[in-house]
Amino acid sequence: MPILEVSRLSKRFGTAEVLQGISFTLDKGSALAIIGSSGSGKTTLLRCLNFLERPDEGRISVEGALLFDAADPKTQAEKEIRTKRLNFGLVFQAFHLFPQYTVMKNITLARELLEKARRRDTGVIVTQEQVEAEARALLAQMGLSGKEAAYPHELSGGQQQRVAIARALALKPKILCFDEPTSALDPELTGEVLRVVRDLAKQKTTMVIVTHEMAFARDVADHIIFMDEGQIVEEGPPEQVFGAPREERTRQFLARYANEA
Amino acid sequence: MTNVSTIIGRLTDSFGLNLQLFGLTLLFSLPLGLVIALCAMSRFRPLALITKGFVWVIRGTPLMLQVIIIFFAPGLLELGAPWGSGASARFTAATIAFIINYACYFSEIFRGGIQGVPLGQAEAGQVLGMTRSQIFFRVTLLQVIKRILPAMSNEVITLIKDTSLARIIAIKEIIMMAQEYTAQGLIWPLFSTGIFFLVFVGLLTLLFARMEKKLEYFRV
Repeated sequence: MPILEVSRLSKRFGTAEVLQGISFTLDKGSALAIIGSSGSGKTTLLRCLNFLERPDEGRISVEGALLFDAADPKTQAEKEIRTKRLNFGLVFQAFHLFPQYTVMKNITLARELLEKARRRDTGVIVTQEQVEAEARALLAQMGLSGKEAAYPHELSGGQQQRVAIARALALKPKILCFDEPTSALDPELTGEVLRVVRDLAKQKTTMVIVTHEMAFARDVADHIIFMDEGQIVEEGPPEQVFGAPREERTRQFLARYANEA
Repeated sequence: MTNVSTIIGRLTDSFGLNLQLFGLTLLFSLPLGLVIALCAMSRFRPLALITKGFVWVIRGTPLMLQVIIIFFAPGLLELGAPWGSGASARFTAATIAFIINYACYFSEIFRGGIQGVPLGQAEAGQVLGMTRSQIFFRVTLLQVIKRILPAMSNEVITLIKDTSLARIIAIKEIIMMAQEYTAQGLIWPLFSTGIFFLVFVGLLTLLFARMEKKLEYFRV
């Protein structure tokens, strides 16, 4: 059974139909890359998965459980949406670290608040030491050991983005989403972020990656979706989508990238 | 002829009234201003509109007039004497007028500060499963404070000088006290009141500089 099922998802902003009946599935432990030109709806799709946008139509299920159904208001209650969000993690293009907190606190803050609520509701106790130890392990995994006490503005963009990845992982999401994680970075800093994502793929982290890095997508993803004008034009394994695209629009898009590169 | 030290003593005592009005106004108008700012930003349109209309009226009319209205209106409307009687009634009425007035000014500063925080900050909190209030108090608030400190220092400095407007309902604050000497032909006490304000504003300036310094450890 797929871990994520998205079915007939649509989203309008005013008269613009940003997503038009998007359906796809994602298997546990696999990495999905979504490619497409700006304005094709890739980011909106990620934002819908993370409930930052409310789809007008369609359904989202995780591990067989229906999380969201546009036709059923009961699935859209604010309080539940908050818990449902935790199925997903999101790494933003512009990091959005909390500037007033240290690297350590950025990673632990949300977890601490959740554990506090859990202690109240279920009596389960996870100590501060445990939370911090896990954060340190994540930082080590990101190659950022020793940066615990630094503030975001003291870090490079690549380091900030890796902290943001650790922050998302700290909540142990079932599916980790990336929204163009290297687009805000200087070219020489993209490598360190891509390396981390590649490692996560090797460890079978379930991921949805919106990216403009074609070589990276081809290399890291098990499955590629090419979107254009709010629709999925073509999808398949990377060898097929990049090696032998069936659709004319895919060919044009990839040719444009090949020329730029 | 009254001697100099007696006059200075009485001026100092009356400046205590200015300081009391200043302190009480700040104490209540800061939280009230935050509430007004949140109402003005409410997604419930009627509440936002009513709040904005209220802020327009308060910012659009002189504080001196507001002090007069708050003090006299209950009597004129035959609502009894909610402010009590005598000097304490006058002081209560003035304090209430100041609190409402400054809360409205603060609310606009807060609103600007809150809206100035990038949306991504709240969204980052949301995807991390934080509640709206957790996002506000744990993520947004300190960034707002850092952003608004310079504007707040302006308002707070204006407030201490505005406290002299309370003399319009016969509150014997420092300038009113000094004017009693002017009426007796003694002008220097009035001039000297400026020194009281100058010194206090100097202290406020140092205090705000210190707070800004304290928040320098992060960048927004």
